[in-house]
Order: sequence, then structure tokens, then C-alpha cells
Amino acid sequence: MENTIVKAENYNSYFGDNHVVKDVNISIHKNEVIAVMGPSGCGKTTFLRGINRMHELIPGATSKGKILLDGENVYDMNAIYVRAKIGMVFQRPNPFPNLSIYENVVAGYLLNGIKLSKADKDAIVEKSLTSAALWKEVKDSLHKKGTFLSGGQQQRLCIARAIAMQPELILFDEPTSALDPISTSSVEALFHELKANYTLIIVTHNMQQAARVSDRTAFFYMGELVEFDDTKQMFTAPRDQRTQNYITGRFS
Amino acid sequence: MSILLLVIIVGVLATLITESMPSIKSLGIGYLWGKVWDPIQNIYGAYPFLIGTLLTSFIALIISVPFSYAIAIYLGEYNPKGWLSDTLKNAVELIAAVPSIIYGFWGIFVLVPLVRTLEMKIGVLPLGVGVFSASLVLAVMIIPYGASLGITLIRMVPSPLKEGAYALGATRFEVIRNVIMPYTRTGLFAGVLLSLGRALGETMAVTMLIGNSSAIASTFKEVLFGPGNTMASVIANEFAEADHTLYLSALIELGLALFLVTVVINLIGKRIITRFTNN
Amino acid sequence: MEPKLGIRNVKSMIFKGVIIFFAFLITVPLIIVLLYIIKQGITQVNWSFLTHVPAPTGEKGGGIANALLGSFIMVMMASVVAVPVGILAGIYLSENPGTKLAYYSGLCVDILQGVPSIVVGIVVYFWVVKPLGGFSAIAGSIALAIMMLPIIIRSTEQTLKLLPDSLKEAALSLGVPYHRVIIKVIIPCGFAGILSGITLSIARIIGETAPLLFTALGNNFLTMKITGPMDSLPHVIFSYATSPYDDWHDLAWGASFILLMFVLTLNIVTKLLTRKWKIQL
Repeated sequence: MENTIVKAENYNSYFGDNHVVKDVNISIHKNEVIAVMGPSGCGKTTFLRGINRMHELIPGATSKGKILLDGENVYDMNAIYVRAKIGMVFQRPNPFPNLSIYENVVAGYLLNGIKLSKADKDAIVEKSLTSAALWKEVKDSLHKKGTFLSGGQQQRLCIARAIAMQPELILFDEPTSALDPISTSSVEALFHELKANYTLIIVTHNMQQAARVSDRTAFFYMGELVEFDDTKQMFTAPRDQRTQNYITGRFS
Repeated sequence: MSILLLVIIVGVLATLITESMPSIKSLGIGYLWGKVWDPIQNIYGAYPFLIGTLLTSFIALIISVPFSYAIAIYLGEYNPKGWLSDTLKNAVELIAAVPSIIYGFWGIFVLVPLVRTLEMKIGVLPLGVGVFSASLVLAVMIIPYGASLGITLIRMVPSPLKEGAYALGATRFEVIRNVIMPYTRTGLFAGVLLSLGRALGETMAVTMLIGNSSAIASTFKEVLFGPGNTMASVIANEFAEADHTLYLSALIELGLALFLVTVVINLIGKRIITRFTNN
Repeated sequence: MEPKLGIRNVKSMIFKGVIIFFAFLITVPLIIVLLYIIKQGITQVNWSFLTHVPAPTGEKGGGIANALLGSFIMVMMASVVAVPVGILAGIYLSENPGTKLAYYSGLCVDILQGVPSIVVGIVVYFWVVKPLGGFSAIAGSIALAIMMLPIIIRSTEQTLKLLPDSLKEAALSLGVPYHRVIIKVIIPCGFAGILSGITLSIARIIGETAPLLFTALGNNFLTMKITGPMDSLPHVIFSYATSPYDDWHDLAWGASFILLMFVLTLNIVTKLLTRKWKIQL
């Protein structure tokens, strides 16, 4: 159990009266890549946003149950602290348009008003961009605006921004759905490298991507966690009929 | 801060009502239909100003509508991009930007002599100032309001709708008449309402050009060319001179009426636009 | 079929011609007004015109220094009040759509936008002039501030509403508290729009006369006393334009020219600022 980083216990999410995530129990180990897949509207993104308490920002959204991060319930902690501790990368690349590439990487510190020395900042920027496999491409244009980069580069910049906060866990909400195939493969390649230091939870509706990048896969359907197993196992011999149907394309 | 807005609006209404109380009490509803305004005799009737306001506003509206529709159709449909349309668009914005006082001043020295010549030709008292001059300037001033809203609305017409009509072999004119106009009709009407709201409350240019007469004209020519007064202009002219309570409060009651009418017109206009843009 | 198509095409062409005619006809009065003001005004403007107060009746010369200073002071005071209030209210409206308070304040902004300026003048007369016992620049500034508010609020609200939610989420997911997200991300990204709202509102009120008639009144002397009556550019134009003396008319032309230049400059500045600060999303 020592290996567990995130654990959901009877976790439920609602939009008003709409029950979108139903009684989820899941336990995720350190340095794992978890893919969360399922058809549109199955609650996978809502579940992900429940982990770092982004869900509650939507008016009318509530949740019940526990999400344990290193054994501590995030709903008993300060939401701001939880979000600072868990990295998140969104569907569309969203670098801050008013900040340069450099400033974007250290945005988590800048915006929180945390003062860092120039040397510390330089070190964080280089380290994070290197981890995000972007350093070589942008090291000569660090002070240009982040929005001048290509979509794939922007998304890797957003990953660098998340890494810069030194999280243990990074959440990805369909991180490649707005990217072209080449940018997608650059981001996917990055997942393999990040695995050494971080735990990744990746929501995707792309089954091939789930199969390519993850160690274990969770399948959500109609708000329920139907199956959670080794990726290989799930794609070759799913236990549940609904998973079988999804993988073989009976419904999408 | 938002509460401050509520306070301002409620405060405006409360102030107008309390200060016009003396007039409401002693003159009653008949005030609105009273035809004589004679502060020296202490007789107050708002009828001349209501008529003056409606007359100038509606004449201005009738003149302005073809222009604002034409600008909206041209910039919204025929030529939405490029230097020519940018120039025209800037010109329209500039018309709205020029202060009302400058239109009034210019009107006194340029428009009034012209109107005077016209009046001599058609045989009315050549005053120059009057309802006609005021309406002309007012028309120019309100064109931008209808036009800029119209441009936005016409650009919102979904292009599949237009392409559908073109694909059936419709000409440009037919697309505008049968697709764009029906689609934007209510929105364009709201634009007209908002221009009307502007016209009703416009003060300085009208005050300088309308001639400030509280008498009621009898013949058609006199009504159109003769001097008059609007609610806003009589307030601007006489508020500072109003030396007793009833006089002052009669003027404020005019302000109250003006406030209520413009508020209603504006809210209806905005409501229509909100509904239009949400669809 | 064939001849009918011809007629339809001709009809379409004629319609286009009519539209173009009307659309461009509107530039004629604009150009006439602008050229006339410039022609009449530019000869009046010189250094002494800008630095002297009006000469007494019958004397030659004189200028509009009092009105320039008065307009400047009153616009500044109005901005100091209206800009922060307007931006905060605009933020509130864009961040809390759907709440009751937001609905009613939105309604109030709509109402305020449509209130005739003369009515603002009356009301401020009773709010400020009467209690303070006399016309004052303070009263004038308050009237102008009320006129500025709806423009600033609406432009702030609309700019902020255009910013994508993902921007806010990006900051929140980094653990940035809400008020910091507003100050550090939302406002800087919407800076161009907010700024253009401010300059536009100043361009609008600098020419307002009606709300000043019963509030700041006018003053023929150079004054910085904000509790006393103060002159302004539009007011000087109004009182001189309606006077019977020719040399006073000349002063009014000069003042109109200056006012027009201010308004034009502010409009151009607005455009340039928007272009310069516009953030590529």
C-alpha cells in the first residue's frame, strides 16, 4: 500500500441533480501511467477534475466521497494547496497569452507571488523545459510570447508549466485531442520519459493512445468505473461485456 | 460596486419623483395634456414639449433609417472587409464621436442660413431655427447607433442560410430581401428603438437649433418649420431660471417623464437584442 | 426565363447602387462639419489663445485657458471615481453571470446607458449642488462620472467574457487563488479592451455639455478650486456660440476646434492602444 499515491473511496460527482460519477473506487500507484477511457459523457473528465478539486469551480457542481492523496483526503485540505500540488494539462493548450515562454514555465510561482532568485528561476525553466522535451526548440526564444509556438509546442509548454511546480502527480485531460498527429506523437513520447519521475493520469477517448502509453487502464461507462486492469489484459481479454463492446467498437 | 449601480438608479428615480411631487400634486395628470406653458402666469402644460420631442425624434428617425440600414447592409453584406469599408466604418464612428455641442454650433452658423433660404422659397417665416433644422442634425447624430448595431446583426446571419438561397439561383438583392432582412428584422427594429431613445434625450444640439418656443403651431408648414421646444431643451433653457417651486418641479416632472420613456424604450430594445443574439 | 433573369439582375444592381449611395452619402455631412470647424477654428488657435482667460466684453483677444484647465480637472476627477468602480463592477458582472445581483446591476447599466444626459444634470444638481450650496466642479465631475460608468462597465465585462475559460482554469490548476487569477491573468489579458473602454468613455464625456449646465456651470476665471464653479470646453462653446458677439463666436470656433482635436485624438489613441495591447489568444 505504501506505493499508492491516489486512492478514490466511494467517490461521486454531481452537476446539480445530475449524477455523473458514481461510486468510484480506484487506487493508483506511484510512477504509473494510467489511461482513463470511455465514451463521451461517461464521467471520465469529471472524475479527473475531482482529483485536484477543479470540478467544484463549475457552478452547481458538487461531489461526495474521498480522494486520498498520499493517504490524506484532498477534500479536507485547502483547495488552492491541492491544485498547486497536482499538475494539470488541459484539452486545448492554454499558455498565458500575456506571458513569455520563460514566464509561462514559472507561472505557478509568479502568479502565486512566490519570489525566486534569477538563478533559481533559470534553473527551473531549463529543467522543466528539458523534461518537457521543449528546451532545444525554444532556448533561443525564451522571451517571446508562448502563443507564437505551434500547438504541440504549446501543449509541451503547458506540461513544463505543470512540471515546474514539482508535482508528484500530473493529470491530463485529453491532452492531444486538439493536436495534429505529429504533435500528438511528440507529446506521447514525452509520457514515457515523464513516467520515471511522475505519476500520470491521462483521460483519453482514443483507445490506441490508451493502449500505446499506459500501464493500466480504467474504463468508465455511464459514470461507473466498469473495469480497471493492466492495459494489455484489458485490450486482449476484457472481463466485462461493456468493455468488450467498447473496445470492439459496438458503441462509441 | 454593483450595488452602487442599483443605488444610483434608485436614487435617480427617487430624486426625480420627490422633486417633482409639488407639480404632480397640484397639476395632476392634466399637466401632460395642458397646452399652455406660461411660467409668468404660473400655468404649466407639457403638451407643447411632448409634441416637440415626438416630432423632432420621429422626423429624425425617418430620415436616419434609410441611411443606417444602407450602412448596415453595405458593411455587413456587400463589403465587410478592406480599406474602403474600414474608412466608412471609421467615418460612422466619428459621427458618433463628435460632441453634440459642436453639431449645434455648426448648425446655427451653417445649417440655419441654408434652411432660412429654403423657408423663404416655400413661403414660411424665415427663422431658420425650428423643428426642421433640429431634426436634420438629430438625424445625422443618431445614424451611427442604428448602423453599428445593424452591421453586427447582419454579419450574424449564418452563411449556410445565404448560400442555400444563392444555390437556388437567387440574386444578391433577393438574398438580402428574402433571407437577411427577415432574419434580422426584429434586431434592426431594436436598433431603431435605441436610436429613438437617443433622439428623445438629445439635448444640446436640439436646444441650440429648435428655436425655443412653447407656443403650439397650427398649420402643417408651421409645425414642420416653425420653432418649438422639446422636453430636454426646455429643461436646459429654463432650469436655471426657474425661480419658484412649482415652476422648477414642473420642469423636473418633464425630466422624470423623459427618464421613464427612455428607460422603457432602451430596455425593450436591449431585450429584443439579447433574445436575438441568444438564438 | 431569360429576360426575367435579366430584370432580376438589373434590380439587384440598382439595389446595390442605392445602398452604396446612401451608405456613402453619410460621409458628406461629416466632412462638411469637420472641415468647417477646422477652417473656422484653426485660425483662432495660437499660444495666447491657449494660455489666456476670456477677455471682457468689447476687448479683443482672450483665450480659453480656464475652460481647458476646467475640462482637464473635471475629467480627471470623474475618471478617478468611475474607472475603478467601473472595472470592478465589470469584473463582477462577467464573473458572476446568472446571479440575481448581476442581473439587476446589468439592468441598471442598460438603464444608465440610456439616461438622457440632461436628466443626470438635474439629479446631480439635487444631490450635490443644493446640499453644498452652490455650483461646483465636484458636482460636474460626479455627473460626468455617472456618464462614464456604463461605458467602462460594459467594455470591461465584454472583454473579460471573451477570454476563454481555459485561461482561468490554467491558472487555477496551478493553485493560484481566485483573486490573484483576476488580477494577474484576467485583467492583463483583457487590458486592451478595458483601456479602450476608458479612453472611449473619456472621449464621450469630454464633449458633454448638458450635465454640466446645472452642476459646474461656468467660470470666466482660471480656477483650481473644485468646490466652486468651473468652466469646461463644451460649456464655453455653448455660452459663446449663443452670444450675439462676433469675437465671442470666434472664441467658440477655436474652442470647438480644440475639443474636436481632443475627441479625434482620443479615438485614434483608442484604436492604436487596442492594436498594440491586443493579445493573441
